[in-house]
Parts: sequence; C-alpha cells; structure tokens
Amino acid sequence: MGLKGEAAIVGIAEYRPERKYSGRPMFDLEQWADLSALALADAGLSSRDVNGIVVSRLRESPHFVPATVAEYCGWSVNLAEHVDLGGANSVGAVWRAAAAIELGMCDVVVAAIAGRPPPPQPDGAVDPLIARQYAFGASSAEWGSPQAEFELPYGHIAQNSGYAMIAQRYGALYGYDERAMAKIVVDQRTNACANPEAVFHGKPVTIDDVLNSKMVADPLRLLEIVMPVSGGAAVVVASREVARRTRHRPVFVTGCGEHLAHKTPTYTADMLHTPIGPAAESAFAMAGVARSDVDVAQLYDCYTITVLLTIEDSGFCAKGEGMAFVRDHELTYRGDFPVNTHGGQLGFGQAGGAGGMSQVVEAVHQVRGEAGDRQVGGCDTAYVSGTGGVMSEQGALIVQGG
Amino acid sequence: MTITGQPTAIVKPRPRPTPTSQPFWDALRDERVVLQHCRDCGSWVHYPRSRCVSCLSDALDWVEVSGRGTVYTFAIAWQPTAPPFDDEVPQIIAVVEIGAGEGPGEGSTVVSAAGARISTTLVTTELERLRVGMAVEPVFDHGADGMTLLRFRPVDEAP
Repeated sequence: MGLKGEAAIVGIAEYRPERKYSGRPMFDLEQWADLSALALADAGLSSRDVNGIVVSRLRESPHFVPATVAEYCGWSVNLAEHVDLGGANSVGAVWRAAAAIELGMCDVVVAAIAGRPPPPQPDGAVDPLIARQYAFGASSAEWGSPQAEFELPYGHIAQNSGYAMIAQRYGALYGYDERAMAKIVVDQRTNACANPEAVFHGKPVTIDDVLNSKMVADPLRLLEIVMPVSGGAAVVVASREVARRTRHRPVFVTGCGEHLAHKTPTYTADMLHTPIGPAAESAFAMAGVARSDVDVAQLYDCYTITVLLTIEDSGFCAKGEGMAFVRDHELTYRGDFPVNTHGGQLGFGQAGGAGGMSQVVEAVHQVRGEAGDRQVGGCDTAYVSGTGGVMSEQGALIVQGG
Repeated sequence: MTITGQPTAIVKPRPRPTPTSQPFWDALRDERVVLQHCRDCGSWVHYPRSRCVSCLSDALDWVEVSGRGTVYTFAIAWQPTAPPFDDEVPQIIAVVEIGAGEGPGEGSTVVSAAGARISTTLVTTELERLRVGMAVEPVFDHGADGMTLLRFRPVDEAP
C-alpha cells in the first residue's frame, strides 16, 4: 500500500522573496505560466509534456481553477486537482501529483503557487469576492459559517492569537523556555545568512534580539512570526521513466501523509497533539524510513511554536521534550539536526500561500546537492511538513534522491 | 456590486444567528447559557449543529448549564487581531471549557464528563493572574444590536 516511490520532483522554480516587491505586478495566472516555464526548463521538459496540474487558490477565478489554469497555459490534462489546505497545499500538491502518476493517469504534473502582488484594480476597486471572503482577515465571514458566527465576534481572527494560545497551553502543561523558542529563530537565521536568496541574508540575530522584539500575542514575539514577502514557486513531478531524461538528480516522493480534524483550534481534541502526528506516521511508514535516517528536516514554520510541535509530533523527540531537543541540537545546516536549511519562512520569508513551497524546493536543492554554502553533506533523505490554518491541516512528505 | 477603496473593516463583526443556533443566542440575551446535548451519546455539542458532532445523531436537546468553567488556554494580543478590535487591546483571546460534569438533569442519567469548548475573551485587568485551568464565570455582554456575547471573568478566589 502507499506510494511506491515511482514519481519524482524533477523541476523547481522559485521567485526571489522580497519584502517590497520591485518587479511588475502579476496576476496569479501570469505567475502560473511564468513559474511553470521556469520549472519545466529546470527539468529539461517542454510545456507539451505537461498532462497534469495541481492548483490551489487563484485570485482571478475562485471557481473552476484547474480549467482556467490549463486553458491559460495551453495544457490538455488528465489530472485536474484543486487543493485547499492553506500552508499544507505545497506538500498536499506534491503527493497528489505523485499518486496520480503512480496510478498511470499522467506522467508530468505541474504544481505552482503564486505569491506576487497583482496589478491594481481599475479605478481602485476591490474585487468584491476577495473583499467579502477576506473581510476581517478571516477565511469566511459568510452567514452560516461557524467561524463568522462564533469566532469573529470575539476577535478570534487571523493566526497570531491562535498560535499564541497553543504556545500558552504548551507552557502550562510542559513548561516554557523562551530562550529555546528564540533559538529556533536564531538557528534558522544562521541558515538564512548562508542563503543569498533569503530576505534576512546578512542579518543574523541573537537570542536576546528575539527576546527583546515586541510582544505581539503573548507569549509570541515579533521575531517568532514569519515575515510576509512576495514570491512564488512551482514544482514539476514526473514518472520514473520521464525522470530519466531530465537534467537533475530526481527526488523521489517515497512517503506521504495528511491529517486534519478542525478549522478552529478551539474545537480540536487536544491542542497539543497536532495533525502532523498521524501525517508523519503515515509518511515514515510508507517510505520505510526511520527518523534517524532523515538528513534534513524542512518544517513548516509560520511561528516558532509550529516548529517545536512539529519536531515533537513528527516523532523526532517525545511529547514535552521539544524545548530540551532544541537546546541540545544545533538546527543549522552545520548542525546535528538541520532544520529549514534555506532559513525557513522565518528567515527566508513567507510568500503568502506559496510559503510552504519554499520547504519543498529547499528539500530538492539539498537532495540534488546544489544548496551552495548551506549544503548538508551526503543529503539523500528529506522530511518536509506543511501546515495550514492554525495547526489545522497538516501534511508530511519523505523525499529521497534516486 | 462594487466596493471601492480598501475593504473597510471598522465595524466589528457581529454574530448573525441561524435557525439552528437561535436558541443559544436567545438564552444569552436572558443571561442564561444553553448548550446542545446529545440524547444518544451524552456529548455536549458546541457550536450549535444540526447533528451531534460526536455521533451525528439528530437527537439534540437544549440544556441549560451553569456557564461556569475553566480556561483551556488564552493569549494576550498586544496588537489588535483585526483593525475593528483596536479599542479592546490588550485582547485576552481565550478558549473556555464549560459544562464539564454537568448534565441534562432530571430524567437523565447521562452526565457529560467532558465539557464543551467555546471561543471567547476574558474580562479582567489583572493580566498577571491569568492561568490555564483557572475557574471562570460568564459575563453577558449585551450589545446595542440586541446580540449578547458570552465572555468570562475569573471567579473570585476569596472563600
């Protein structure tokens, strides 16, 4: 059962993250075409080879997204998948592509996520659908939506306070070491300083810098929260047969998992046992890989607490021992447990919904051995996680060099 | 419909009851807390649903509870969670568990050991006293629009 490891990531493309976008504004569709062309060129494949797509939210057309994308890019596809998993779209797109390829439905699948700003609306108008859907920063303000009725009126909005509540409960049950939490930021910033593409390249921080940054949602401080940037990324997933004629070492998708049970963390069975637990269990079992076989871990890091709980619930240490694990291990590319070697979203930047794709792309760089100054020696096996919402939807991948 | 300019979110979002949830909001207006209770499996159901969240039974009864509970967790937002909440900073965003150990009373043997969790805010100026697990009681926040929000405050620890 499960993936047989017959599909590989063979092409990648990623826009350089920027805190203030310096280029031409682009529609999501334009970014889809652009990123796909770059990723296919990286693979050495042509647009005519594409016969599957995995899409997520598209600014210009919330409905019929796959058809809109295929038509725009001129593709005729046998897989037209639409994932809606927030920050887990990246991981979710890759395993869906791999599964469809193993089923024989298609053999070259593109998954792109746009993250650059669009051109301004004519006459300064705001797209009414976007305005309604994202009113108050919530995913739904519609009548009949539980979130609109039972969360928004209390100010339970957006992500900061949700993750802070998880961190607060963690501290109450297992103890809280704010210096360990800060060390996650510091180590990832060290990685960012070895990655010329990262927004925080050349800007190292200390534990005290993190602790002195502004308290945003107690106990989470400003530097423990991702930096929004412009960006975007795409991957091309192909069959083993197609992979033979591509340009780089294929990065096979050998294990995957996915789990969710809530939209709002209030209603989860246990806020401190996160969905990555069952997702990781599935991914490791499917790949037949032990935790100790992992050469690099690219862990979705919207907040420090996300990294901490992902280390624990993915099985790298026991529940409640995450703080000690972070203290006892160096999480940098030079360290004994390399995490987010590109700097993570905390150090590289979070290009909106494309943020999680940075973790997939970095896993590929590492397994290909092309990560430059931050390359981890002998990297064959990477673990990648994705997280959407407030620790709601989570996914896991094991990828391995062929 | 065209909205011009930025989406203005100055007005606070308010609850808009549905036919299913109306009894919950009606009770709050009368300063009572009611929850749905499943006759088949004994679970509390919150937020209100058409069927039980634990077993999908449609045998749900509205049952009044004390409204007292405990803080499951909280966070203090020093920046507004959204622009309309600027006047509430620091917001004490919280999850409270109510109904634990309470049941539908006479005629029933089912007492729900586990409570129902509710998204809310805490009302206190003594931020340093806040703890996960602390006992809280309801605060009925009546709005000018006729809707009442259910907030909580620490129970006075004096005997």
